[in-house]
Amino acid sequence: MQDRRSFINLFVRGSFLTGLAFLSGALILRKKEGEFCGLDFGCNRCDKSESCNLPEASLYRETVWQLDPAKCIQCGRCATSCVMTPSAVKCTHVYAMCGYCDLCGGYLKPDTKNISTAAENQLCPTNAIKRKFVEEPFFEYEIDEALCIGCGKCVKGCSAFGNGSLQLQVRHNRCQNCNQCSIARVCPSDAYSRVPASKPYLLKGIEQDSTTAPKINLGEKGV
Amino acid sequence: MKTLRLLIFLVLLSTIQTSTYAIQRFPKPEFESGYTQPQTLMPHGRAEILSYLDVAVLIIALTFISWVIIRKRSRNWVFWTSMFSLAYFGFYREGCVCAIGSIQNVSLALFDSSYVIPVTVIAFFILPLVYTLLFGRTFCAGVCPFGAMQDLVAFRPQKLGTRLNAILGIIPYLYLGLAILYAATGTDFIICRYDPFVGIFRLNASFGMFFFAGTLLVSGIFIARPYCRFLCPYGVLLNWFSRFSRQHMTITPAHCIQCRLCENSCPYDAIEIPLTEKNPENRKTRVKKLIIIIFLLPLLTFTGGWTASLLHTSLAGVHSKVKLARQVLHPVKDEKQAETFEIQAYKSSGKPEAQVYQEALVVLERFKTGSWWVGSFMGLVFGLLIAGKMLKKYDPDYVPNKGRCFSCAKCVDYCPVKPEKN
Repeated sequence: MQDRRSFINLFVRGSFLTGLAFLSGALILRKKEGEFCGLDFGCNRCDKSESCNLPEASLYRETVWQLDPAKCIQCGRCATSCVMTPSAVKCTHVYAMCGYCDLCGGYLKPDTKNISTAAENQLCPTNAIKRKFVEEPFFEYEIDEALCIGCGKCVKGCSAFGNGSLQLQVRHNRCQNCNQCSIARVCPSDAYSRVPASKPYLLKGIEQDSTTAPKINLGEKGV
Repeated sequence: MKTLRLLIFLVLLSTIQTSTYAIQRFPKPEFESGYTQPQTLMPHGRAEILSYLDVAVLIIALTFISWVIIRKRSRNWVFWTSMFSLAYFGFYREGCVCAIGSIQNVSLALFDSSYVIPVTVIAFFILPLVYTLLFGRTFCAGVCPFGAMQDLVAFRPQKLGTRLNAILGIIPYLYLGLAILYAATGTDFIICRYDPFVGIFRLNASFGMFFFAGTLLVSGIFIARPYCRFLCPYGVLLNWFSRFSRQHMTITPAHCIQCRLCENSCPYDAIEIPLTEKNPENRKTRVKKLIIIIFLLPLLTFTGGWTASLLHTSLAGVHSKVKLARQVLHPVKDEKQAETFEIQAYKSSGKPEAQVYQEALVVLERFKTGSWWVGSFMGLVFGLLIAGKMLKKYDPDYVPNKGRCFSCAKCVDYCPVKPEKN
């Protein structure tokens, strides 16, 4: 009786272990759908990445969440749906694209009666955009990340009336990299996706060089 | 120059209705004052190498806790190991990624070949199962931060009785089934979304989640480890694996002397009351029971699958593609907002209407198959639980139920028997 029971136990244990081995083997070694060149973000789906010499290929396993500004419609849910308060999504200013306008579509409300920088004329609800005079007639706009809540109001204004240099991005020093991003779940335009951790940002107007990415960062939270 | 810009601005204001993305409307200025343009900062997240460190810590913690439980047999050591895990996997790593949530990554990876599952997540899924197969649920005892947190508040554990334990014990199976269904269809990761303790680890969550966590912890004073026993979907897998484990924690270090001191020591009602009589019922009743079980199992499996398949449209209702198709079909009339953000995004994407419906139909079809599987699984589980209640196992000693026991070693201190000296 005892022998029979221990034999059954051994048999089931063996089959469970084999099952686990097969499962992990299948998950690691299976062919990925679609083939892209290593120069694309799709390198995590490329089955040639084992033999690829590009720096991304060695780091393709870990993923982070990324917001595609081209798909974003600035619905404002990034500000409210993130597990963090305030949200880990912030407005990011691509200075290289900025026109340094005096009448900034991202800074001022479009329907202001008299043009002044008074608080009631500013788009940003938290006064996170710092306006600094550079030279006649240019002004520099800087995002104060500690104040920005990621509502995207300035982004909407800038893309409608300006160059589109203000773009929403997941800030990876704040992002918890949740298993399932709670903003991605409610994003109406499917702008969120998992990307290789070596290329975390996607900004129009900036080419990102992944080789400059720090190899070790102890994950300090920028507060 | 300034007036010109103002003019352009006003003209644009009047003409542009829809938002167009990133057009160089205003040329980049040429500065004369020697102004240098600042860099756009793009700070990186946690270095990838650290996630391999997490796996190393997991292996070390699992090995250590298994040694403590099987060889050292000390509740104190188990407690301090679990405190380390609570600090590291809980408050330092902030509960992500955990073994419980990794079920969803694995299911998504199995059903969606475009999703690449990180090796570290596979490790977090597989390793606790392997250790459970060897040593019992040592993961629950000392590595899982959820268990450690609930063990901290279990001051006045009450006995729930076998019936209530069995009924509430069905919930994890349902949770597991739904979690796999929703992950496999790419809908949502419900385990992560309704994770009560991650908000405590982050010290940041919605009121609802804090309330849920508070309820669990307060009820955890009287019902020890409520999440582990009556919710945890990973616990279902650990339960199955632990039943066939090679070694398992024992209450007594040598031979049970039937002193009954440990009888009430388990806060999780995991100690089986001994069944001393070898054959308490005659052959005829046992055969009758077996026949009932053989007929009951397929019947329950089919009924479960059929019932769940009737619900597949409501289950699929939360999938974003099904939601969008519904909104396109029946646009919401609301004074506050002319059209929802989903409709706005759909219109600006220029996707044909037929494609929206087609995609929703594909999702619905997948949910139909999926709900058959989940329903059948639930029926089978229900049948097996009934079967388990009907057939009793002969065991004269006080032993922990290998499936339900968390190997926390609380009962060990109650046993007066000293280990035999070799």
